[in-house]
Amino acid sequence: MTLRVNDLKVYYQTLRGDVHALDGVTFDLADGEIMGLAGESGCGKTTLGKSLIRLDSRMRHVGGTVELDGKDVPIGDDEAMVPFRYHEISLIPQYAMSALNPTRKIGRMVNELLRARGVRPADIADELKRRLELVGLDPDVLDRFPIELSGGMKQRVVMVISTLLNPSLLIADEVTSALDVSTQRAVAESLVEFRDREYVKSMIFVTHDISLVYQMADTIMVMYAGHIVEKASAKTVINEPRHPYTQMLIGALPEVGSTTVQGRLEGIPGTPPGLLDPPTGCRFKDRCPLAFDKCSERPPLVEIEPGHWAACWKTG
Amino acid sequence: MTNVAGAPGTADTAGAPEPAGERKVSETLHFARRNPKLLIGLGIVLAFLLLGVLGPFFVSDTPNDYVGPKSQPPGGEYWFGTNTFGQDIWAQFVYGVRATFLIGVFGGGVAFLIGTAVGFVAGYKGGIVDEILNMLTNVVLVLPALVVLIVAIAYLDVRGLFMQGVFIGLTTWPWAARAVRSQALSLATRDYVDLARLSGRRTWKIITTEIAPNMSSYLVMSFILLFGGAVLTAEGLDFIGPGPSNGVSLGLMLESAVQWSALTLGMWWWFVPPGLGITVIVGSLYILNVGLDEVFNPKLREL
Amino acid sequence: MLELKHVHKVYRVGAFGGGRLRAVRDVNLTVEPGEVVSLIGESGSGKSTIGKMVLGLTRPSAGSITFEGTDITTIRGHSARKEYYRRVQGVFQDPFSCFNPIFKADRVFEMIRTSYFPETSAPVWREKVLDALATVRLDPDNVLGKYPHQLSGGQLQRLLIARALLLDIKLLVADEIISMLDASTRIDVLNLLADLKERGLGILFVTHDLSLGNYVSDRSVILRKGAIAEMGPTSKVFDNPLHPYSRHLLSCVPQLHRTWAEVDAELEANPPEDVVLPVAADDASAPLLEVEEGHFVGIDQG
Repeated sequence: MTLRVNDLKVYYQTLRGDVHALDGVTFDLADGEIMGLAGESGCGKTTLGKSLIRLDSRMRHVGGTVELDGKDVPIGDDEAMVPFRYHEISLIPQYAMSALNPTRKIGRMVNELLRARGVRPADIADELKRRLELVGLDPDVLDRFPIELSGGMKQRVVMVISTLLNPSLLIADEVTSALDVSTQRAVAESLVEFRDREYVKSMIFVTHDISLVYQMADTIMVMYAGHIVEKASAKTVINEPRHPYTQMLIGALPEVGSTTVQGRLEGIPGTPPGLLDPPTGCRFKDRCPLAFDKCSERPPLVEIEPGHWAACWKTG
Repeated sequence: MTNVAGAPGTADTAGAPEPAGERKVSETLHFARRNPKLLIGLGIVLAFLLLGVLGPFFVSDTPNDYVGPKSQPPGGEYWFGTNTFGQDIWAQFVYGVRATFLIGVFGGGVAFLIGTAVGFVAGYKGGIVDEILNMLTNVVLVLPALVVLIVAIAYLDVRGLFMQGVFIGLTTWPWAARAVRSQALSLATRDYVDLARLSGRRTWKIITTEIAPNMSSYLVMSFILLFGGAVLTAEGLDFIGPGPSNGVSLGLMLESAVQWSALTLGMWWWFVPPGLGITVIVGSLYILNVGLDEVFNPKLREL
Repeated sequence: MLELKHVHKVYRVGAFGGGRLRAVRDVNLTVEPGEVVSLIGESGSGKSTIGKMVLGLTRPSAGSITFEGTDITTIRGHSARKEYYRRVQGVFQDPFSCFNPIFKADRVFEMIRTSYFPETSAPVWREKVLDALATVRLDPDNVLGKYPHQLSGGQLQRLLIARALLLDIKLLVADEIISMLDASTRIDVLNLLADLKERGLGILFVTHDLSLGNYVSDRSVILRKGAIAEMGPTSKVFDNPLHPYSRHLLSCVPQLHRTWAEVDAELEANPPEDVVLPVAADDASAPLLEVEEGHFVGIDQG
């Protein structure tokens, strides 16, 4: 078992109180698993990704534990997290393309980064070139400035850099959202290739695009308003979702080939609850057509069939 | 916040003839009354303004007269004491505050008008208009303003506060123009500006109702800085010589205090009032500006 | 109703405007009343530039854009332009940046009133606003009197559509209007476009997302590097893409029930027939070739 997250709670501190962005999240990630983490904006998916590597100044670890390869990950302690970052856990941020310093050549930037992490660049130079070639980049990119590369190329460079030390866990946060469809496919397929070659042991792929995650992930975990609502294999989530939210969300996605003539799709009425003072019980109950009295208690995330977890009183 | 947002909504259902304008004003007032920074800043500035406007009526018409005993510390007869020559510091101070406001308003005002007009047109129109205005701005910017002022004022017979203010304004507008231009440039590409065009609005209306209000605090800030800059430039001129003849200003008071060793003589009452006066006026203008920002920006209100 | 003929847009770029960037190249297309035409393309395809030119926010370098018989590139003067906007309106990608943050959101309605209906009385106008809000299925109590940051992206986007409906518009340019919205509210806005279409509105729907493009549109135009790669009835373009670029795009779109591998395997087993593509005479032209009725392919740009 690579990653085990148990009842993790991370709140954002604001002047008006705590925003319960991540409110009791429990899941496991197996060796070699690519987990797609899907949900709408504000559901806590990006917070979860960030919490596993670095809490920013407004984020507070309220409770719960994270375990990686049997070791406890002290996510609340910034100092103690240093040895984990990059070596064990690596993150490709949402705007990775702007994470590159525009005044430095890429090669120099990589060397500085490696030295900062206590690795001699020379030891790893060959591997770096091999991996750049693997994602379809000429190793000459190391002698270029970030501005000379296209968005897709930069994204791939960041991907190679962040996985250079073979971390156990890679968190990719919306890495393809800003890319064109054809580049998107290439980047997503390279990520799978990295897993297959064991450059990373397991991966959490954060995205709002469920159809993209279906193309590459082994499992999909759906979040809603700071809670996990469902986790199962990618095929199961897409073809036989059990939680009403997942069902409605997938039902709202137009596909290539679907038109209004064949029948209209329907959205989910209402809006997600505010997390400053979240409602008790199931957070989807106000928008859920199946809601009943019991929903005022929080439904636990239970395994309804092997490998398929859902948090709904109606599925349990 | 909810009851605040709800209240104007009910007024709307009543069908007021000009709801948008009225609502906006009453709501701004509502927040203005509850903002301590705005109230404190405004209070101090108004108090000084009042002192500058009314004060001179209650002291002698000629504050530079040698009226009293020399080097008198503050007391019942001479509130702020007297200086080495026996001049009444209170009377000088009151006239100095008036002069400070006048020069700030004239100088800052002229610079502000030219600067924002040039900045808005250049930023919004872009292209060749922008290039020409930019060139003009840069030319004025690199002129050694103080030298030009000295030469210009030396050749003119008029040495009033007003002329001094106009000349200061004519030489200090470029940086305001550049600042406004860069803001207007980024605001002009916002979608709501396109939307205003699609709503059939004219250019000047878009500038005044879409772009300018979004930088209102920025504009106030520019004015405050121009105001302060004009005051300081004027004091500099006063010190060198080509200032208003027989003038009184806070700067002149400070300079003569320094020149006649008020510091070493321990005559704190000579240099503290003018120094503190300038600092408090400009400082409270700044606090006022922060308060205005909070009142005009609905997002800051809720924090 | 709307017709673009040989429309070009060339930008001057680089120091001293020495370089040339061809954003739109020889584009011809039409939009009829009650028809949704999707302009589909990746970044840099010129799709948004076309939308802006139709809205008169930028001028084409060459060619004509005719709306109901008048060439809009010849419109001069404020009043003529204002009359054009009475019949043609736009909705943009980012609903948050369409609202001036310091004013209440419903000010966009007020702007229409002061510009176009100054003599309408307040109660009549209010009736009209409520009517438009009902069309876009917004609850007036939830949106009137609120500031933009108090509303969701979906609500704001619907407010903007309601704003356009206050005018007697014939054509709506919808530029990526749902790409910033969440999946669960996207579909409502798309359905709304379908409603408007049934009321006889022509819609130019600009998007980068192929699955969304095909959900509402009658005809699709696939753009690449400013030129049309393929154009035709949506069903024909999507079921039988003829241009290699369209095929490539379709094979890259993540689909909900088919993986990329399955799509590739199908293509492998059933390779599409190649069509002869038209050849451009020079850098500036981009001729189209009609392969079957109403279904055109464009030049090959490598």
